[in-house]
Amino acid sequence: MTQDAMAGAMSAIPAGNLGVVADLSGDKQVFQVPWGKAMMWIFLLSDTFIFSCFLISYMTVRISTTVPWPNPSEVFALSFGGDPIPLILIAIMTFVLITSSGTMALAVNFGYRKNKKVTVLLMLATALLGATFVGMQAFEWTKLIVDEGVRPWGNPMGAPQFGASFFMITGFHGMHVTAGVIYLSIIAYRVGSGFYDRNKGGNYETVEIAGLYWHFVDLVWVFIFAFFYLW
Amino acid sequence: MAQSEGHQQHPLGIYFWIWGLLFILSGFSYAVDYFQLEGMLRWSLILLFMFLKAGFIVAVFMHMAWERLALIYAILVPPLCLTVFIALMAIEGDYTFLARLTAFGPAAEIIAPHQ
Repeated sequence: MTQDAMAGAMSAIPAGNLGVVADLSGDKQVFQVPWGKAMMWIFLLSDTFIFSCFLISYMTVRISTTVPWPNPSEVFALSFGGDPIPLILIAIMTFVLITSSGTMALAVNFGYRKNKKVTVLLMLATALLGATFVGMQAFEWTKLIVDEGVRPWGNPMGAPQFGASFFMITGFHGMHVTAGVIYLSIIAYRVGSGFYDRNKGGNYETVEIAGLYWHFVDLVWVFIFAFFYLW
Repeated sequence: MAQSEGHQQHPLGIYFWIWGLLFILSGFSYAVDYFQLEGMLRWSLILLFMFLKAGFIVAVFMHMAWERLALIYAILVPPLCLTVFIALMAIEGDYTFLARLTAFGPAAEIIAPHQ
């Protein structure tokens, strides 16, 4: 089928729930997106279950412990010369990650506009903000391990499960951010060097796929921020 | 693919709007902790801001709002199973908590005195 005939056949497909039936029973490719995008979505779905397992086990140990849970508001407070400000580092990290999500969304948009230079710059800005986030997380871990004596098996503030939950959840998330920084740098390099112009006919959908991963990392942080730091 | 190229050309304005909204909502979330709100008010506000932020990120930044319903269902329906998992583990956690109180708490000596 030629591109035009395919586009014509697609426009005849109904929207809404009838569209779902048509897509699933149409004896053709079900998801009308590039395969890389569909696969990234499936991967993110599986990642959702992994992070959910961490957060649910955190919920379970926090419900079942008879020892008081350490107050995150105090544990993660930071003092800039004066009184400690509650949770301030985590708030800054949240804003850094949201900013990086914004620059990534713009990078995807400029990718589809075929504006190579701006796309690369925005992707590099995103990666830089991501690296900043990981750096701040390293600072947070160091402070908790060295100054506050938090260990996966115990801590001076309360329930010993606090450390295990904290290191597993934020560690796994930080690993995702680190992987994302590397991933974005590679895609940005390829956009800049004209890889997609040479091999994909100038199609920058890979930027959107990388964007999906990055936004997901931000999405997971929304849940971690709510459940681990604020609850 | 013709369709995927056609429908991703949005004006930049919507991204700046959502970006700003995410900042404001994050500020609200932080305010919940800063002003030390307690109890049901705290928990419901945390959940409200969390779901709003998650919704905006998935719908606009991840372009879910412009996808066909077949893909939306395939990605968003399976995580609903997690609500069952959450409910099961909440019940289990409560049970473990009560069992620990009975076995190791102050009442344990009365129920089963140590030899």
